[in-house]
Amino acid sequence: MRRITLWLVSTVAALVLLFSYRTSTNSGDTTDVVPAIAAQGSTGIIASSPAASTSSGATGSSPASGTSSGSKTYQGSVAQTRWGPVQVTITVTGGKIASVSVPIYPNNNGRDQEINAYALPILVQETMAAQNANIDTVSGATVTSGGYIQSLQAALDAAHLS
Amino acid sequence: MTTSTIPRRAWVEQIMGLPISLHLRGGDLSSTPVERRVAAVFADLRCADAVFSPYRDDSDLSRWERGELAVADADANLADVMTLCDEARERTDGWFDPRGLPDPRTSIPRYDPSGLVKGWAVQRAAQHLADLDGYGWCLNAGGDVLLYAPAGQPPWRVGIEDPNDPRRVIRVMPRSGGAVATSGTAHRGAHILDPYTRRPATAVRAVTVIGPELMWADVYATAAVARGPAALDWISGLDGYEALLVSAEGLLRVTDGWPDSHLAM
Repeated sequence: MRRITLWLVSTVAALVLLFSYRTSTNSGDTTDVVPAIAAQGSTGIIASSPAASTSSGATGSSPASGTSSGSKTYQGSVAQTRWGPVQVTITVTGGKIASVSVPIYPNNNGRDQEINAYALPILVQETMAAQNANIDTVSGATVTSGGYIQSLQAALDAAHLS
Repeated sequence: MTTSTIPRRAWVEQIMGLPISLHLRGGDLSSTPVERRVAAVFADLRCADAVFSPYRDDSDLSRWERGELAVADADANLADVMTLCDEARERTDGWFDPRGLPDPRTSIPRYDPSGLVKGWAVQRAAQHLADLDGYGWCLNAGGDVLLYAPAGQPPWRVGIEDPNDPRRVIRVMPRSGGAVATSGTAHRGAHILDPYTRRPATAVRAVTVIGPELMWADVYATAAVARGPAALDWISGLDGYEALLVSAEGLLRVTDGWPDSHLAM
Protein backbone atom coordinates (compact mmCIF):
# COMPACT_ATOMS: atom_id res chain seq x y z
CA MET A 1 0.00 0.00 0.00
CA ARG A 2 0.98 3.54 -0.39
CA ARG A 3 2.79 4.79 2.55
CA ILE A 4 1.25 7.81 3.86
CA THR A 5 3.15 10.85 4.68
CA LEU A 6 2.17 13.53 7.01
CA TRP A 7 3.30 16.99 6.67
CA LEU A 8 3.39 19.00 9.77
CA VAL A 9 4.13 22.58 10.20
CA SER A 10 7.47 22.74 11.82
CA THR A 11 7.07 25.92 13.68
CA VAL A 12 4.76 26.34 16.53
CA ALA A 13 2.91 29.56 16.56
CA ALA A 14 0.10 30.86 18.58
CA LEU A 15 -2.39 33.41 17.56
CA VAL A 16 -4.98 35.13 19.53
CA LEU A 17 -8.15 35.61 17.67
CA LEU A 18 -11.48 36.82 18.68
CA PHE A 19 -14.55 35.43 17.10
CA SER A 20 -18.13 35.89 17.75
CA TYR A 21 -19.23 32.58 18.95
CA ARG A 22 -22.81 31.68 19.15
CA THR A 23 -23.69 29.62 22.15
CA SER A 24 -27.40 29.97 22.17
CA THR A 25 -29.58 27.14 21.03
CA ASN A 26 -31.97 29.49 19.34
CA SER A 27 -30.32 30.98 16.38
CA GLY A 28 -29.38 34.54 16.68
CA ASP A 29 -30.29 35.51 20.22
CA THR A 30 -27.21 35.90 22.23
CA THR A 31 -23.67 35.99 21.16
CA ASP A 32 -20.81 35.10 23.36
CA VAL A 33 -17.34 36.10 22.62
CA VAL A 34 -14.67 33.54 23.11
CA PRO A 35 -11.06 34.10 22.35
CA ALA A 36 -9.86 31.42 20.05
CA ILE A 37 -6.42 30.05 20.06
CA ALA A 38 -4.89 28.81 16.93
CA ALA A 39 -1.86 26.73 17.36
CA GLN A 40 -0.12 24.77 14.75
CA GLY A 41 2.88 22.60 14.47
CA SER A 42 4.16 19.66 16.33
CA THR A 43 1.27 19.95 18.67
CA GLY A 44 -0.74 18.20 16.02
CA ILE A 45 -3.33 20.86 16.22
CA ILE A 46 -4.50 21.17 12.91
CA ALA A 47 -3.82 22.86 9.98
CA SER A 48 -6.22 22.73 7.19
CA SER A 49 -6.68 25.17 4.47
CA PRO A 50 -7.62 28.55 5.79
CA ALA A 51 -11.32 28.68 6.30
CA ALA A 52 -11.77 31.92 8.00
CA SER A 53 -10.58 35.23 6.91
CA THR A 54 -11.61 36.63 10.25
CA SER A 55 -8.18 37.22 11.55
CA SER A 56 -8.81 40.72 12.73
CA GLY A 57 -7.37 41.44 16.08
CA ALA A 58 -4.81 38.73 15.78
CA THR A 59 -1.24 39.14 16.62
CA GLY A 60 1.58 36.78 16.11
CA SER A 61 3.54 35.30 18.88
CA SER A 62 7.03 34.23 19.46
CA PRO A 63 8.49 31.41 21.46
CA ALA A 64 9.14 32.99 24.79
CA SER A 65 10.73 30.64 27.19
CA GLY A 66 11.80 27.07 27.26
CA THR A 67 11.32 25.16 30.45
CA SER A 68 12.63 21.93 31.79
CA SER A 69 11.77 18.38 30.73
CA GLY A 70 10.95 19.12 27.13
CA SER A 71 8.23 21.59 27.85
CA LYS A 72 8.17 24.83 25.96
CA THR A 73 6.09 27.81 26.64
CA TYR A 74 4.99 30.12 23.92
CA GLN A 75 3.79 33.48 24.98
CA GLY A 76 1.67 35.43 22.60
CA SER A 77 1.90 39.16 22.40
CA VAL A 78 -0.96 41.18 23.72
CA ALA A 79 -3.67 41.65 21.18
CA GLN A 80 -5.84 44.68 21.42
CA THR A 81 -9.35 43.69 20.62
CA ARG A 82 -12.55 45.57 20.88
CA TRP A 83 -13.32 43.57 23.96
CA GLY A 84 -10.05 44.46 25.56
CA PRO A 85 -6.51 43.14 25.51
CA VAL A 86 -5.97 39.39 25.20
CA GLN A 87 -2.85 37.38 25.65
CA VAL A 88 -2.48 33.63 25.36
CA THR A 89 0.31 31.42 26.57
CA ILE A 90 0.65 27.85 25.40
CA THR A 91 2.80 25.18 26.98
CA VAL A 92 3.81 22.33 24.73
CA THR A 93 5.05 19.08 26.21
CA GLY A 94 6.04 16.10 24.15
CA GLY A 95 4.66 17.66 21.04
CA LYS A 96 1.24 18.28 22.49
CA ILE A 97 -0.38 21.21 24.12
CA ALA A 98 -0.19 20.63 27.84
CA SER A 99 -1.87 23.79 28.93
CA VAL A 100 -3.18 27.03 27.67
CA SER A 101 -3.39 30.00 29.89
CA VAL A 102 -4.85 33.37 29.21
CA PRO A 103 -2.98 35.74 31.47
CA ILE A 104 -4.75 38.74 30.03
CA TYR A 105 -8.36 38.25 29.33
CA PRO A 106 -11.08 40.82 28.67
CA ASN A 107 -13.39 39.61 31.38
CA ASN A 108 -10.75 39.15 33.98
CA ASN A 109 -7.79 41.34 33.29
CA GLY A 110 -4.55 40.41 34.86
CA ARG A 111 -5.60 37.16 36.43
CA ASP A 112 -4.30 33.93 35.08
CA GLN A 113 -6.91 31.59 33.88
CA GLU A 114 -5.95 28.02 33.22
CA ILE A 115 -8.09 26.87 30.41
CA ASN A 116 -8.28 23.45 28.91
CA ALA A 117 -7.02 23.73 25.39
CA TYR A 118 -10.21 22.16 24.12
CA ALA A 119 -12.52 24.43 26.01
CA LEU A 120 -11.76 27.10 23.49
CA PRO A 121 -12.32 26.87 19.81
CA ILE A 122 -9.25 26.37 17.76
CA LEU A 123 -8.89 27.87 14.36
CA VAL A 124 -8.60 25.26 11.71
CA GLN A 125 -5.85 26.88 9.79
CA GLU A 126 -3.03 26.04 7.46
CA THR A 127 -2.64 22.34 7.29
CA MET A 128 -1.70 19.31 9.16
CA ALA A 129 -2.60 17.67 6.00
CA ALA A 130 -2.39 14.06 5.18
CA GLN A 131 -2.09 13.62 1.49
CA ASN A 132 -2.05 9.97 2.11
CA ALA A 133 -1.87 9.97 5.85
CA ASN A 134 -1.26 6.70 7.54
CA ILE A 135 -4.95 6.08 7.73
CA ASP A 136 -7.16 3.12 7.01
CA THR A 137 -10.40 4.92 6.28
CA VAL A 138 -11.95 8.37 6.14
CA SER A 139 -14.94 9.75 7.96
CA GLY A 140 -16.38 12.78 6.27
CA ALA A 141 -19.47 14.43 4.93
CA THR A 142 -21.40 12.00 2.81
CA VAL A 143 -19.69 11.03 -0.39
CA THR A 144 -22.13 9.92 -3.03
CA SER A 145 -21.39 7.27 -5.60
CA GLY A 146 -20.80 10.03 -8.12
CA GLY A 147 -18.07 11.61 -6.05
CA TYR A 148 -16.47 8.39 -4.93
CA ILE A 149 -13.90 8.06 -7.63
CA GLN A 150 -12.19 11.29 -6.62
CA SER A 151 -12.41 10.56 -2.92
CA LEU A 152 -9.61 9.79 -0.54
CA GLN A 153 -11.52 6.67 0.45
CA ALA A 154 -11.37 5.42 -3.13
CA ALA A 155 -7.60 5.64 -3.02
CA LEU A 156 -7.51 3.78 0.29
CA ASP A 157 -9.83 1.10 -1.08
CA ALA A 158 -7.87 0.72 -4.29
CA ALA A 159 -4.78 -0.30 -2.38
CA HIS A 160 -6.55 -3.37 -1.01
CA LEU A 161 -8.97 -4.47 -3.68
CA SER A 162 -8.21 -7.87 -5.04
CA MET B 1 2.00 -6.60 15.11
CA THR B 2 1.77 -3.71 12.72
CA THR B 3 -1.00 -3.08 10.30
CA SER B 4 1.12 -3.86 7.31
CA THR B 5 1.88 -7.39 8.44
CA ILE B 6 -1.76 -8.40 8.72
CA PRO B 7 -3.36 -9.50 5.47
CA ARG B 8 -6.01 -7.07 4.39
CA ARG B 9 -8.60 -7.04 1.69
CA ALA B 10 -11.19 -4.52 0.58
CA TRP B 11 -14.56 -4.85 -1.13
CA VAL B 12 -16.51 -1.92 -2.52
CA GLU B 13 -20.07 -1.75 -3.80
CA GLN B 14 -22.32 1.16 -4.64
CA ILE B 15 -25.55 0.77 -2.68
CA MET B 16 -28.10 3.33 -1.53
CA GLY B 17 -26.35 5.80 -3.82
CA LEU B 18 -23.26 5.48 -1.66
CA PRO B 19 -19.90 3.83 -1.93
CA ILE B 20 -19.81 1.08 0.68
CA SER B 21 -16.28 -0.06 1.51
CA LEU B 22 -15.62 -3.10 3.61
CA HIS B 23 -12.08 -3.81 4.71
CA LEU B 24 -11.17 -7.03 6.49
CA ARG B 25 -7.95 -7.85 8.29
CA GLY B 26 -7.03 -11.31 9.37
CA GLY B 27 -5.99 -14.73 8.19
CA ASP B 28 -7.45 -16.21 5.04
CA LEU B 29 -9.37 -13.46 3.30
CA SER B 30 -10.50 -15.64 0.42
CA SER B 31 -12.02 -18.43 2.47
CA THR B 32 -15.61 -19.47 1.96
CA PRO B 33 -16.77 -18.26 5.39
CA VAL B 34 -15.27 -14.85 4.70
CA GLU B 35 -16.71 -14.59 1.20
CA ARG B 36 -20.12 -15.72 2.41
CA ARG B 37 -20.26 -13.12 5.18
CA VAL B 38 -19.05 -10.32 2.96
CA ALA B 39 -21.76 -11.22 0.44
CA ALA B 40 -24.33 -11.24 3.25
CA VAL B 41 -23.29 -7.74 4.35
CA PHE B 42 -23.83 -6.29 0.88
CA ALA B 43 -27.04 -8.28 0.35
CA ASP B 44 -28.42 -6.86 3.56
CA LEU B 45 -27.65 -3.33 2.46
CA ARG B 46 -29.31 -3.91 -0.92
CA CYS B 47 -32.43 -5.13 0.92
CA ALA B 48 -32.47 -1.97 3.00
CA ASP B 49 -32.16 0.08 -0.17
CA ALA B 50 -35.09 -1.75 -1.76
CA VAL B 51 -37.30 -0.91 1.21
CA PHE B 52 -36.13 2.59 2.07
CA SER B 53 -34.74 4.27 -1.01
CA PRO B 54 -36.28 7.69 -1.62
CA TYR B 55 -34.85 7.48 -5.14
CA ARG B 56 -36.82 4.39 -6.08
CA ASP B 57 -40.49 4.62 -6.94
CA ASP B 58 -40.94 0.95 -6.04
CA SER B 59 -39.43 1.13 -2.55
CA ASP B 60 -41.80 0.43 0.31
CA LEU B 61 -41.11 3.95 1.53
CA SER B 62 -42.11 5.57 -1.77
CA ARG B 63 -45.20 3.37 -2.13
CA TRP B 64 -46.26 4.23 1.42
CA GLU B 65 -45.63 7.90 0.73
CA ARG B 66 -47.96 7.76 -2.29
CA GLY B 67 -50.63 6.01 -0.23
CA GLU B 68 -50.31 2.76 -2.16
CA LEU B 69 -49.03 0.70 0.75
CA ALA B 70 -50.06 0.62 4.39
CA VAL B 71 -47.28 0.46 6.96
CA ALA B 72 -48.82 -2.77 8.24
CA ASP B 73 -48.52 -4.32 4.78
CA ALA B 74 -45.04 -3.06 4.09
CA ASP B 75 -41.72 -4.60 5.04
CA ALA B 76 -41.77 -4.85 8.84
CA ASN B 77 -38.63 -2.73 9.03
CA LEU B 78 -40.53 0.30 7.76
CA ALA B 79 -42.55 0.49 10.97
CA ASP B 80 -39.42 -0.11 13.05
CA VAL B 81 -37.53 2.67 11.31
CA MET B 82 -40.44 5.07 11.70
CA THR B 83 -40.48 4.34 15.42
CA LEU B 84 -36.73 4.92 15.57
CA CYS B 85 -37.15 8.21 13.70
CA ASP B 86 -39.67 9.33 16.33
CA GLU B 87 -37.17 8.41 19.01
CA ALA B 88 -34.43 10.27 17.13
CA ARG B 89 -36.62 13.37 17.00
CA GLU B 90 -37.09 13.17 20.75
CA ARG B 91 -33.44 12.47 21.52
CA THR B 92 -32.33 15.44 19.41
CA ASP B 93 -34.96 17.87 20.68
CA GLY B 94 -36.44 17.96 17.21
CA TRP B 95 -33.19 18.79 15.39
CA PHE B 96 -33.31 15.50 13.52
CA ASP B 97 -36.60 15.35 11.68
CA PRO B 98 -37.36 13.17 8.64
CA ARG B 99 -40.64 14.96 7.96
CA GLY B 100 -40.97 17.45 5.15
CA LEU B 101 -37.50 16.95 3.72
CA PRO B 102 -37.05 17.75 0.04
CA ASP B 103 -37.36 14.76 -2.25
CA PRO B 104 -33.88 14.15 -3.70
CA ARG B 105 -35.26 14.23 -7.24
CA THR B 106 -38.19 16.62 -7.16
CA SER B 107 -37.50 18.73 -4.05
CA ILE B 108 -41.15 18.24 -3.06
CA PRO B 109 -41.33 17.83 0.74
CA ARG B 110 -41.64 14.22 1.80
CA TYR B 111 -40.91 11.84 4.63
CA ASP B 112 -37.26 10.84 4.22
CA PRO B 113 -35.67 8.75 6.96
CA SER B 114 -32.41 8.32 4.99
CA GLY B 115 -30.42 10.14 7.66
CA LEU B 116 -31.22 7.36 10.08
CA VAL B 117 -31.58 4.44 7.68
CA LYS B 118 -27.98 4.49 6.56
CA GLY B 119 -26.58 3.96 10.06
CA TRP B 120 -29.34 1.54 10.93
CA ALA B 121 -28.72 -0.55 7.81
CA VAL B 122 -24.93 -0.58 8.16
CA GLN B 123 -25.19 -1.58 11.81
CA ARG B 124 -27.57 -4.39 10.90
CA ALA B 125 -25.43 -5.58 7.99
CA ALA B 126 -22.30 -5.61 10.17
CA GLN B 127 -23.89 -8.25 12.38
CA HIS B 128 -22.94 -10.78 9.69
CA LEU B 129 -19.31 -10.14 10.62
CA ALA B 130 -19.77 -10.59 14.35
CA ASP B 131 -18.76 -14.25 14.43
CA LEU B 132 -15.72 -13.95 12.18
CA ASP B 133 -13.32 -14.84 14.94
CA GLY B 134 -9.94 -13.18 14.80
CA TYR B 135 -10.79 -10.84 11.93
CA GLY B 136 -10.95 -7.09 12.11
CA TRP B 137 -13.35 -5.18 9.91
CA CYS B 138 -14.02 -1.63 8.90
CA LEU B 139 -17.25 -0.76 7.14
CA ASN B 140 -17.45 2.72 5.59
CA ALA B 141 -20.71 3.92 4.06
CA GLY B 142 -20.03 7.16 2.25
CA GLY B 143 -17.99 8.57 5.12
CA ASP B 144 -19.75 7.01 8.10
CA VAL B 145 -17.70 4.26 9.66
CA LEU B 146 -18.38 1.27 11.87
CA LEU B 147 -15.40 -0.87 12.78
CA TYR B 148 -13.93 -3.54 14.98
CA ALA B 149 -10.38 -4.63 15.75
CA PRO B 150 -9.93 -7.86 17.73
CA ALA B 151 -7.39 -8.24 20.48
CA GLY B 152 -3.95 -8.54 18.94
CA GLN B 153 -4.70 -6.25 16.03
CA PRO B 154 -3.88 -2.56 16.09
CA PRO B 155 -6.76 -0.10 16.02
CA TRP B 156 -8.03 1.11 12.68
CA ARG B 157 -6.79 4.60 11.94
CA VAL B 158 -9.75 6.73 10.97
CA GLY B 159 -8.96 10.03 9.31
CA ILE B 160 -11.44 12.81 9.83
CA GLU B 161 -11.87 14.72 6.63
CA ASP B 162 -10.93 18.36 6.45
CA PRO B 163 -14.23 20.02 5.53
CA ASN B 164 -12.29 22.61 3.57
CA ASP B 165 -10.31 20.10 1.57
CA PRO B 166 -11.57 16.53 1.35
CA ARG B 167 -8.13 15.36 0.24
CA ARG B 168 -6.82 16.11 3.68
CA VAL B 169 -7.65 15.07 7.19
CA ILE B 170 -7.82 17.15 10.32
CA ARG B 171 -7.55 14.34 12.83
CA VAL B 172 -6.54 10.72 12.95
CA MET B 173 -8.52 8.61 15.38
CA PRO B 174 -7.18 5.19 16.32
CA ARG B 175 -10.34 3.15 17.00
CA SER B 176 -10.81 -0.47 17.95
CA GLY B 177 -14.57 -0.51 17.95
CA GLY B 178 -17.69 1.52 17.43
CA ALA B 179 -18.73 4.26 15.09
CA VAL B 180 -17.31 7.43 13.59
CA ALA B 181 -19.96 9.44 11.76
CA THR B 182 -19.56 12.79 10.06
CA SER B 183 -22.15 15.15 8.67
CA GLY B 184 -21.38 18.35 6.90
CA THR B 185 -21.44 20.48 3.84
CA ALA B 186 -18.20 19.44 2.14
CA HIS B 187 -19.61 17.32 -0.67
CA ARG B 188 -23.25 18.23 -1.04
CA GLY B 189 -23.36 21.81 0.18
CA ALA B 190 -25.77 22.99 2.83
CA HIS B 191 -28.15 20.07 2.39
CA ILE B 192 -29.14 19.66 6.02
CA LEU B 193 -32.25 21.63 6.90
CA ASP B 194 -32.84 23.43 10.14
CA PRO B 195 -36.17 21.80 11.03
CA TYR B 196 -37.33 24.93 12.81
CA THR B 197 -36.70 27.43 10.04
CA ARG B 198 -36.90 24.98 7.10
CA ARG B 199 -33.79 26.62 5.74
CA PRO B 200 -30.38 25.03 5.08
CA ALA B 201 -28.20 25.00 8.18
CA THR B 202 -25.01 26.94 7.51
CA ALA B 203 -23.42 27.68 10.90
CA VAL B 204 -21.43 24.45 10.95
CA ARG B 205 -19.10 23.01 8.33
CA ALA B 206 -18.87 19.54 9.78
CA VAL B 207 -19.57 17.53 12.89
CA THR B 208 -17.99 14.19 13.66
CA VAL B 209 -19.55 12.02 16.36
CA ILE B 210 -17.96 8.94 17.85
CA GLY B 211 -19.76 6.39 19.97
CA PRO B 212 -20.88 2.81 20.18
CA GLU B 213 -23.71 2.82 17.61
CA LEU B 214 -23.42 4.13 14.07
CA MET B 215 -27.11 4.91 13.77
CA TRP B 216 -27.09 7.23 16.76
CA ALA B 217 -23.69 8.71 15.98
CA ASP B 218 -24.95 9.63 12.51
CA VAL B 219 -28.28 10.96 13.77
CA TYR B 220 -26.51 13.09 16.36
CA ALA B 221 -24.03 14.40 13.79
CA THR B 222 -26.83 15.39 11.43
CA ALA B 223 -28.80 16.99 14.26
CA ALA B 224 -25.69 18.86 15.39
CA VAL B 225 -25.18 20.40 11.94
CA ALA B 226 -28.78 21.62 12.04
CA ARG B 227 -28.48 22.84 15.60
CA GLY B 228 -25.23 24.76 15.16
CA PRO B 229 -22.18 25.14 17.39
CA ALA B 230 -24.28 24.98 20.56
CA ALA B 231 -24.84 21.32 19.75
CA LEU B 232 -21.53 20.47 21.39
CA ASP B 233 -22.98 21.22 24.81
CA TRP B 234 -25.93 19.00 24.01
CA ILE B 235 -23.74 16.10 22.85
CA SER B 236 -21.56 16.48 25.94
CA GLY B 237 -24.58 15.42 27.93
CA LEU B 238 -25.14 12.22 25.95
CA ASP B 239 -23.76 9.02 27.40
CA GLY B 240 -21.08 7.36 25.31
CA TYR B 241 -20.96 9.91 22.49
CA GLU B 242 -18.42 12.65 21.85
CA ALA B 243 -18.15 15.17 19.07
CA LEU B 244 -15.78 17.35 17.09
CA LEU B 245 -17.25 20.38 15.37
CA VAL B 246 -15.88 22.74 12.74
CA SER B 247 -17.92 25.91 12.57
CA ALA B 248 -18.54 27.97 9.46
CA GLU B 249 -15.74 30.28 10.57
CA GLY B 250 -13.31 27.40 10.62
CA LEU B 251 -13.15 27.01 14.37
CA LEU B 252 -12.69 23.54 15.72
CA ARG B 253 -14.11 22.50 19.06
CA VAL B 254 -14.55 19.14 20.74
CA THR B 255 -16.56 17.87 23.67
CA ASP B 256 -14.73 17.39 26.96
CA GLY B 257 -14.60 13.63 26.57
CA TRP B 258 -13.20 13.65 23.05
CA PRO B 259 -10.14 11.39 22.98
CA ASP B 260 -6.76 12.87 22.34
CA SER B 261 -6.56 12.41 18.62
CA HIS B 262 -3.65 14.53 17.61
CA LEU B 263 -1.65 13.13 14.83
CA ALA B 264 0.64 10.40 15.99
CA MET B 265 3.84 10.53 14.05
